[in-house]
Amino acid sequence: MLRSDVSPDRALRPHEDQGTRPTTVPDGPDDAPPTDADDLVRLVSATGERLTDPVHDPWVQDVDDDALVALYEDMVVVRRFDIEAVALQRQGQLGLWPPLLGQEAAQVGSARALRRDDFVFSSYRENGVAYCRGADPTDLVRVWRGTALSGWDPWAIGMATPQIVVGAQSLHATGYAIGCRLDGADAVSVAYVGDGATSQGDVHEAMVFAASASAPVVFFCQNNQWAISEPVGLVARRPLADRAPGYGIPGVRVDGNDVLAVLAVTRAAVDRARRGEGPTFVEAVTYRMGPHTTSDDPTRYVDVDTPAQWAARDPLLRVERLLESRGALSEDRSGEIKEKAESFAHQVREGCLGLAVPDALSLFDHVLVTPSPVVERQRDEYAAYLAMYEEVER
Amino acid sequence: MTELTLARALNAGLRRALEDDPRVVLLGEDIGRLGGVFRVTDGLQADFGPERVRDTPLAEAGIMGVAVGLAYRGFRPVVEIQFDGFVYPAFDQLVTQVARLHYRTGGLVRMPITVRIPYGGGIGAVEHHSESPEAYFAHTPGLRVVTCGGPQDAHTMLRQAVASDDPVVFLEPKRRYWVKGEVDDSPADALPLDRARVVVPGTDVTVAAYGPLVLTARDAALAAADEGVSVEVVDLRSLAPLDLDTLEASVRRTGRLVVTHEAQRSGGLGAEVAASITERCFDVLHAPVARVTGFDVPYPPAKVEEHFLPGLDRLLDAVDRVMGRPHSLTGLTRAADPPAVAGVAAGFASGRAS
Repeated sequence: MLRSDVSPDRALRPHEDQGTRPTTVPDGPDDAPPTDADDLVRLVSATGERLTDPVHDPWVQDVDDDALVALYEDMVVVRRFDIEAVALQRQGQLGLWPPLLGQEAAQVGSARALRRDDFVFSSYRENGVAYCRGADPTDLVRVWRGTALSGWDPWAIGMATPQIVVGAQSLHATGYAIGCRLDGADAVSVAYVGDGATSQGDVHEAMVFAASASAPVVFFCQNNQWAISEPVGLVARRPLADRAPGYGIPGVRVDGNDVLAVLAVTRAAVDRARRGEGPTFVEAVTYRMGPHTTSDDPTRYVDVDTPAQWAARDPLLRVERLLESRGALSEDRSGEIKEKAESFAHQVREGCLGLAVPDALSLFDHVLVTPSPVVERQRDEYAAYLAMYEEVER
Repeated sequence: MTELTLARALNAGLRRALEDDPRVVLLGEDIGRLGGVFRVTDGLQADFGPERVRDTPLAEAGIMGVAVGLAYRGFRPVVEIQFDGFVYPAFDQLVTQVARLHYRTGGLVRMPITVRIPYGGGIGAVEHHSESPEAYFAHTPGLRVVTCGGPQDAHTMLRQAVASDDPVVFLEPKRRYWVKGEVDDSPADALPLDRARVVVPGTDVTVAAYGPLVLTARDAALAAADEGVSVEVVDLRSLAPLDLDTLEASVRRTGRLVVTHEAQRSGGLGAEVAASITERCFDVLHAPVARVTGFDVPYPPAKVEEHFLPGLDRLLDAVDRVMGRPHSLTGLTRAADPPAVAGVAAGFASGRAS
């Protein structure tokens, strides 16, 4: 019998009883960690073995032991100051902080694949990327202290200030990349998005525009398995990277906890963009070991055993193991790294505590490049109002 | 000095903007080979190439977000939104990004983006093609919102908008695209972009209008003059920021204000104008400020849009009211602020076409 034979002869009006329907259960990927036997690009195993990959090895053949130690140092520093920022929030010094714990390799590996004249458009969690781009320690916490709406000078470090509207930055990266082509420059842009953002129309449209213009942009998606409390399986029935070919964009899945592999695939993607061959979508499979932000409570939705499974695939641990097996990390160097991490975290703390509350009337600054008489009038009125209290207090 | 339609004046303005600044880039749907659905970009892709006059995929959020990225790279994007009713997908990028990046970054990042939107009704169109969304944008700090009443302003103001370092929402009164007027490339009396202009001087009543209704207000001033009432017409031009100084000066001369727009009344620009002028001019006002606007209903089907759009008769009715005169045709005297429906009934009873 054809389906139409048993269907009602018209659609139900909303007030009519529609009966009960079976609820659907997401059957996409869950947040269980990958194994070394999967198909992710991986150059260092979870146990610290250097794996052979003829396709991706050439992209990191210049990474000798010293360079690997430098990547390790970045990750140690990033983890340390991220923990410091969480502590600052717990102590009431920051209003909020979005921890990146567990995502150090994804951020450091990708950021270190870029040139100074490339430009990064990120979300709010890419503080590890910002560190690699050269952000000042104090600038990392301004937004979260509530003294400014953005931290660093985008032009000084080649990175837009954190984007809070999920996915919006992917279009900015695409526009910037189109601009690079118009300028005849070989600079590229990188859009950092999360797994949650891939549901946003902006990310979809960015891929449409980027493919259409063959724009030199890399979509770097950190799939950390969670969009606040919603697992990636709720939004995707297939790996996120599988979406890219539908736009005419290559999609690559990489072990996001393997800094060497992330460096390799990002270099390949960036190089492709530079050569005018268009965008690439990289899905870095990683895990958000902490909460979405310091306001979140993952115990309400994360299975109690899962973080421990991911901890076995920790991005720092595997590099430590690899360096140890090669005898490439001396005690002195290790001590230096710890000292640098402590020092940077200390600077973040001192910088945070030293941030002054802006002057009340500064809230009227920079609404427009050429000030609006309407806003200036409101500034004057509010200044007079404040002055009235000063009179009384005198 | 050349006679041009408003649409051709915009076209000439865009051409000049492209010539004057190599960083100017046009983006939009169908703006290239087709020249835009209203032909405002006619011939520009042929002359400036497909890189600078870019046909984009059909996605307004995408167009606006890409414009942000181009502005980051130092370009001066001019975006065309095909119709007013299609700007809403781009609304998020406009409000959360374009309007705020300068403020967010403490002045480090500028967004010199011009967003051209054909707006307003009166062309007998299907739904989503006749809207007046200006209040949404005027309510958003960080955006300049302007509109033009005739070909000369269309030309001058569009060039000023493109040259502005601030983002500008440039509303084009689509039913006036075919209105003709003399256009000077550099008029001696050009005003800054954020200034209102007295387009008809008068002494009894100020009528504040903008966009498509500037012409209607001029007609109303002529008709009122026949009846012995001197109407001053102020073309607001800039809706954000409002040039309240110019309007205040006019109301101080006349003591009466009627403000008109096609957009729905509640929360509209008329409310802002009425409140601001009441604050500034309470001492000289002889009557409450009257608003002649679209009604608080969605834009209606084309065959009844004449009831929605403020026309000549409804404007004159409001002029009579603030003058405290009996209606000039019906002879009826009504309270200063009657229900809107009564105003319509009186307007149609008069039989004057708008």
